[in-house]
Amino acid sequence: MQETLTKKIFDVHKIRKDFPILQREVNSKPLVYFDNAATSQKPVSVINAISYYYKNYNANIHRGVYSLSVEGSEAYENAKENTKNFINARETREIIFTRGTTESINLVAYSYGRQHINEGDEIVISAMEHHANIVPWQVLCEEKKAALKIIPITDSGEIIIGEYKKMLGSKVKLVAVCHVSNTLGTINPVKEIVKLAHEKNIPVLIDGAQAVHHLKVNVQDIDADFYSFSGHKMYGPMGIGVLFGKAEYLEAMPPYQTGGDMISSVSFEKTTYNEIPMKFEAGTPNVAGAIGLSAAIDYIQTLGLDEIRHHDREILQYASEHISQIEGVKIIGTAENKTGVLSFTVGSLNAFDVGIMLDTAGVAVRTGQHCTEPLMQRLGIPGTIRASFAIYNTKEEADIFITALNNAVKILK
Amino acid sequence: MESKPINEIENEIVDEFSFFSDWQDKYEYIIELGKKLKDFPEDERTDENKVKGCQSSVWLVANRNNSSLIFKADSDSTIVKGLIALLIRVLSGQKPDDIVNAKLEFINKIGLTQHLAQTRSNGLAAMIKQMKMYALAHKLKEENQIN
Repeated sequence: MQETLTKKIFDVHKIRKDFPILQREVNSKPLVYFDNAATSQKPVSVINAISYYYKNYNANIHRGVYSLSVEGSEAYENAKENTKNFINARETREIIFTRGTTESINLVAYSYGRQHINEGDEIVISAMEHHANIVPWQVLCEEKKAALKIIPITDSGEIIIGEYKKMLGSKVKLVAVCHVSNTLGTINPVKEIVKLAHEKNIPVLIDGAQAVHHLKVNVQDIDADFYSFSGHKMYGPMGIGVLFGKAEYLEAMPPYQTGGDMISSVSFEKTTYNEIPMKFEAGTPNVAGAIGLSAAIDYIQTLGLDEIRHHDREILQYASEHISQIEGVKIIGTAENKTGVLSFTVGSLNAFDVGIMLDTAGVAVRTGQHCTEPLMQRLGIPGTIRASFAIYNTKEEADIFITALNNAVKILK
Repeated sequence: MESKPINEIENEIVDEFSFFSDWQDKYEYIIELGKKLKDFPEDERTDENKVKGCQSSVWLVANRNNSSLIFKADSDSTIVKGLIALLIRVLSGQKPDDIVNAKLEFINKIGLTQHLAQTRSNGLAAMIKQMKMYALAHKLKEENQIN
């Protein structure tokens, strides 16, 4: 059922064979998929794990006394255990399965936020956040008459720690920042960010959607109070995500949604809630998604995050060097510490036009504001073209991309 | 000078596009058309003249010239400008009634509908809708004056 977990040698051409979609063509050209920060492709082990579940032991879990349901429940719980180990949480009950990062952040905003944020309080986020880590806090602030404060960033796309320190006054009740920027690739010093907040007894949520498949994440070492990520960006399926929360926080928080599975007992007079993490998982959970996520974790771990990071750096450096030789190209996001995200503009060329021309050459990139409109306003640009890399991307693909970009620029100029 | 009938212009465009074997060439041609699109009057570049529902910014105005309608448009995207140029070639200078009834089958015939992903073709659809709205408004105005 599962592939044996033996350490593989990082061989990108072998890895590519694990991803069926990479065999297809787009506009009669081989697909060059460089939109990995939006979503990653799936290895056959993940696809098979999901398909095996539906073919062999699909049943509603946590309820049935029959073997099928017990098997399903076990697989779901194993996925949690695997996730816990993946980010080195203390306990499995600190892992909540959600629909994705957006839901994870909303859960904290609705449950913890509505309990702890009051009029006049402040929530601190950074200028490089994805809308998913802005809007839930904005809505909460509006409702509670609290204020959203923005940590400024440098032109290269790095958080200004000195400014952040000054912002941590007595009104601040929560800090929420991304581990890695989806638009710039910047790796934020989250350990330091958490430490500074904790010195003032302020809890911190880290949005790890762009981090967990690029870096070894250890939530205990970071000391994050909440940490969120999505399955689909880390080679797992869509519709499954994770919220890690320290048990002491989760236990004190009210449920976010109510219904089945999250209850302990129900009568028409009173309902008592289940223990964590079940308290936060109302309704039938996404068992297939959890199993797929677990298979993705296994896949990442057989390759090794050190090797993945090495590959990521190599391809980023290679593409950055070559793209810089194209006249008019300006790389947006030049932090020292970056993952494989290459955002750029080309003179006054329209990002949308460049994106369409790259597509005709089979190259998939993202164009526009990347769900970070305030960041674009801060940088004073209408949008960027973003190439984001994954474990299966090669230098040959980077060459195809650079050639296609050169060609697009010539035509559009 | 009377404009050629809409059908005829559409067929000309379909013929021109039949020379291109792949999308890169088709877009290259669209981009050339975009670059050649006449300058748009700066004072018309207002929010009011912006077409809603496009990923790129598009401005569109319609002016009456005797019995026909003249369109002017612009965009910050050269590709969108090229698409606009095609629409202007077909619809500008036509009578409001003909514009309202134009089926614009050339878009499908040259493969644009199928090729442009949802957000992109929505922009195209929004432009067409806006051109037809202008035509409809002029047509109704005309009918009111007759009555």
